Amino acid sequence: MTATPSMFVATVAAGLPTWEFALSPILAIAVPLIGAFLIAAAGRWPNLREGVTLVTAAALLWVVANLNNFLEATPSEAEALVEVIPGMPLAFHLEPLGMIYAMIASSLWILNSIYSIGYMRGNKEKHQTRFYVCFALSIASVMGIAFSANMFTLFVFYEALSLATFPLVTHKGTPEAIKSGRTYLGILMGTSVCLMLPAMIATYVYTGTLDFTQGGVFAQPLADGVLTPALFGLIFAMYIYGVGKAALMPAHRWLPAAMVAPTPVSALLHAVAVVKAGVFSVCKISVYIIGVDQLRLYDQGGWLLYAAGLSIVIASFIALFQDNLKRRLAYSTISQLSYITLGAALLWPISVRAAAIHIAAHAFGKITLFFAAGSIYTAAHKTKVSELDGIGRKMPWTMGAFAVGTLSMIGLPPTGGFISKWYLMQGAWTAESGFTIAVLCTSTLLNAAYFLPIVYRAFFRKPPEPDLEHGHDDHHDHGEAPWPIVLALTCTAAATVALFFYPDLFVGYASMLAEAMPQ
Amino acid sequence: MELVLPEAIHAHLPVLVVLLPLFGGLLALFTGLIQRGGGFVAWLWSAIITGLILVCAASMLFEVHTTGEAMVYRLGSWPEQYGIGYSVDALNGYVILVVAIIGFLSTIYAKDSVMAEIARDRHHLFYSVWLLAIAGLIGITVTADTFNIYVLLEISSLTVYTLVALGGDRDRRALVASLKYLILGSIGATFILLGIGYLLMLTGTLNMNDMHEQLVRMHQSGELANNRTVFVSFALLMVGLSLKMALFPLHLWLPNAYTYAPSAVTALVAATATKVGVYMTFRFVFTIYGGVYDSSADLYFLGLCACAGVVISSMAAIRQMNVKKVLAYSSVGQIAYIVLGFSLANESGVTASVIHIFNHALIKGGMFMAVGAVALRAGGTKIEDFKGIGRKMPLTMAAFTVGGCGLIGVPLTAGFISKWYLVVGAMDEGYWGIAFIVLLGGVLALVYIWRLVEIIWFGKPDDPTKQVREAPLSMLIPMWILIGASVAFGVDAGWTADSAHAAAELLLEGGP
Repeated sequence: MTATPSMFVATVAAGLPTWEFALSPILAIAVPLIGAFLIAAAGRWPNLREGVTLVTAAALLWVVANLNNFLEATPSEAEALVEVIPGMPLAFHLEPLGMIYAMIASSLWILNSIYSIGYMRGNKEKHQTRFYVCFALSIASVMGIAFSANMFTLFVFYEALSLATFPLVTHKGTPEAIKSGRTYLGILMGTSVCLMLPAMIATYVYTGTLDFTQGGVFAQPLADGVLTPALFGLIFAMYIYGVGKAALMPAHRWLPAAMVAPTPVSALLHAVAVVKAGVFSVCKISVYIIGVDQLRLYDQGGWLLYAAGLSIVIASFIALFQDNLKRRLAYSTISQLSYITLGAALLWPISVRAAAIHIAAHAFGKITLFFAAGSIYTAAHKTKVSELDGIGRKMPWTMGAFAVGTLSMIGLPPTGGFISKWYLMQGAWTAESGFTIAVLCTSTLLNAAYFLPIVYRAFFRKPPEPDLEHGHDDHHDHGEAPWPIVLALTCTAAATVALFFYPDLFVGYASMLAEAMPQ
Repeated sequence: MELVLPEAIHAHLPVLVVLLPLFGGLLALFTGLIQRGGGFVAWLWSAIITGLILVCAASMLFEVHTTGEAMVYRLGSWPEQYGIGYSVDALNGYVILVVAIIGFLSTIYAKDSVMAEIARDRHHLFYSVWLLAIAGLIGITVTADTFNIYVLLEISSLTVYTLVALGGDRDRRALVASLKYLILGSIGATFILLGIGYLLMLTGTLNMNDMHEQLVRMHQSGELANNRTVFVSFALLMVGLSLKMALFPLHLWLPNAYTYAPSAVTALVAATATKVGVYMTFRFVFTIYGGVYDSSADLYFLGLCACAGVVISSMAAIRQMNVKKVLAYSSVGQIAYIVLGFSLANESGVTASVIHIFNHALIKGGMFMAVGAVALRAGGTKIEDFKGIGRKMPLTMAAFTVGGCGLIGVPLTAGFISKWYLVVGAMDEGYWGIAFIVLLGGVLALVYIWRLVEIIWFGKPDDPTKQVREAPLSMLIPMWILIGASVAFGVDAGWTADSAHAAAELLLEGGP
């Protein structure tokens, strides 16, 4: 293959055995799917079950890493699995944006599985088999989204992801969990069915295709005057708000609601896989269906910049006042996701590149933060920020990793967050958008304001005196969380730092994407 | 699929699908003479008859698809203008197959359900009426003679009233529901008969194709301009048919009839009776009046009723406290989708209608079977009976949940395919509002289904000591065949889409 000479591909592929024949992206969906069946079958033997999860996760990473060798800047030829409606297949292809998403999800799944073992056993959660099965099904849906070759396939797996994660959100089965589950499914399905689906069908009616095409599919009908620019802008808006998973305000409420789930779910799914499915879809639709150059040409979609900017600032502001740690993280996620939407909304290839890099950078930082929150819950049974005084002395690894995560969220070196903020700023200057620069600066300050106090409390305040009147309490004597938890969060924190020193992999993908786009 | 039937039988297939259940139903009465196990023999006999119908229906549709021509059968070899003609084409071959599949599977299903719900000494009567109902439903679909349609409509209606009333063994409200159905159904039938009478007056014939030809001739000679008779006949037919297919707001007979009928009857009737009504409407609107009568205003009105029906009946479904009633109101909404599709009178819209006849029959048939299984095992179909039942009847309730996803229109279920064509049809005409109503209906379906799903899987039973077992295999198998098919045709809709498309093209040949 002549088109994959880039440095980063060589670095990644060097250590891995490669297959002689072309690997299909369908394999990346099949592996976790088969894994789900095996996990269900091994349900009676917990050690075997967790072993299957880990092996499946490793196999998936290997498949995805191998797919690298076949990656080119422009989408590969689609491979159809089954033709659902005549002319409308479930089909898959490879392209850089999907590769970023698949790489993140598959590599973090391994760490998250290790973490889950520690967390689920440490907290003696029930229905663990169902948990691992649904987790594997969610990852299969994620792979489907990442490699989808047309809008229809993306939609199918997008909905599948909502349904597969529902049992995870309602895992505890308490009335609160069921209520949150209702909000979760209601918003995600409601927006996708009422907005994304009609946008998709309108795309099909006006253009006759739903294939992801370099430069979008709307150029012809717009040029012919079949489609008015206003309607085109409306379709774009329906797509953007139809992707509820991107949590662009006001469709964000499901994300704090989903925090009722066990922390491994919040960590991988609601900080990485599900929300990234949202922003990934936003980017993919903008690049391959709508075509950002078309939006610029017909002067549509400028509003999105302001919607995303407001979402960033408002969510950060709400986060300031959240005492529940996971909720604070959730609002931080909402704000960070809008960075990515903002990148796409600047409508320049260089800003889309920044958006793509931020998908990766945010993932590693945010999963570290969630891992730390779950670690605190497991060891100390604390969920509130106000209870965390002095906890850093008892749990140095956890809170050290947490500190690294906060640096990445704020965008300070030496973390991956700095890299993506750098590219975002670059995009903002290219687009000459003063608004974006102002938003980025405000948000950086707000991020610091709601994250740094936590770190300060943990390390510099004295722990509260034990309440002797109420007798002995186990949790005052806690130390670090179980080792799988500590191992996982140390790895993700290390990865967050590594992204600063070796950003080539994801920057490489993102640059490939940006270079292939019509300038 | 190879044709295995001998040539001699083959030519008679269009009439066999009616005669088999008609005489089968009469013969089923004799099983009452058997002292012990007569009910079982009656069931076995019905299963064999409906199985044979299924084979006939499948080979007819196969023949129609391979030859591309209609199968015509003249009773007594009379020419079509004088005698009764039966004709099977891409449209009704398809509808007959739907009725035959549901008829066969719900007969299999009926064994345990009827055993539990109907008094022992009435089983032979039940199966006799059951087969006659199937004869009526298939007869309406296969005949090309409008007066014959009326006769068979009466056969199917009277038998269905009886079947609904048989639910009175368990709940006396079935009798009232049946009476209400009888009164409204008879009014509907009267309108239809009057409509046919006016058409006869106008054209002097009862054969559909002949009627159409006469109308075309009159249209070309200018006789139809400002002709009141054609206008009145169309209006009468539309009102009667709307009653029969339970189009909102003429649906009042449906919820109670479905709720209090015996479980097996609900599964059969919900999946077929209203669909046959829709089929009749297709025939009148497109085959007879197509191209000669400008029905766009009428269709517009039907479309409005359908839009209101989608929203209002789905909202009514949300509030019901009996699961059968939730599904019954949902059916009113789903019928409205079907009507909405053909009221658009374009290719995608009519395709959506035809395909949804099939898809909805699969989904709703399967779901009513699941509810019937709960009625058998837990003793009722109220919301309370469903609390936490997912753990006790996991297979049944899994079928119910998958079926529910189909009603919502989750991708990779058959419901999504219908919705896709319907929205494409609406957008082809530029009706974005209709597209949104269709999708809003999906969201409302999400609400009423999810309410049940939460109760089924997360609810705590009121009486935890109550023993509830999984449904018997005779119920699980037909239920899962229907639900499995609804998923299979959602993943690969090639066959259904092509068949529906062929039927839609046939209907639109003459123009709306």
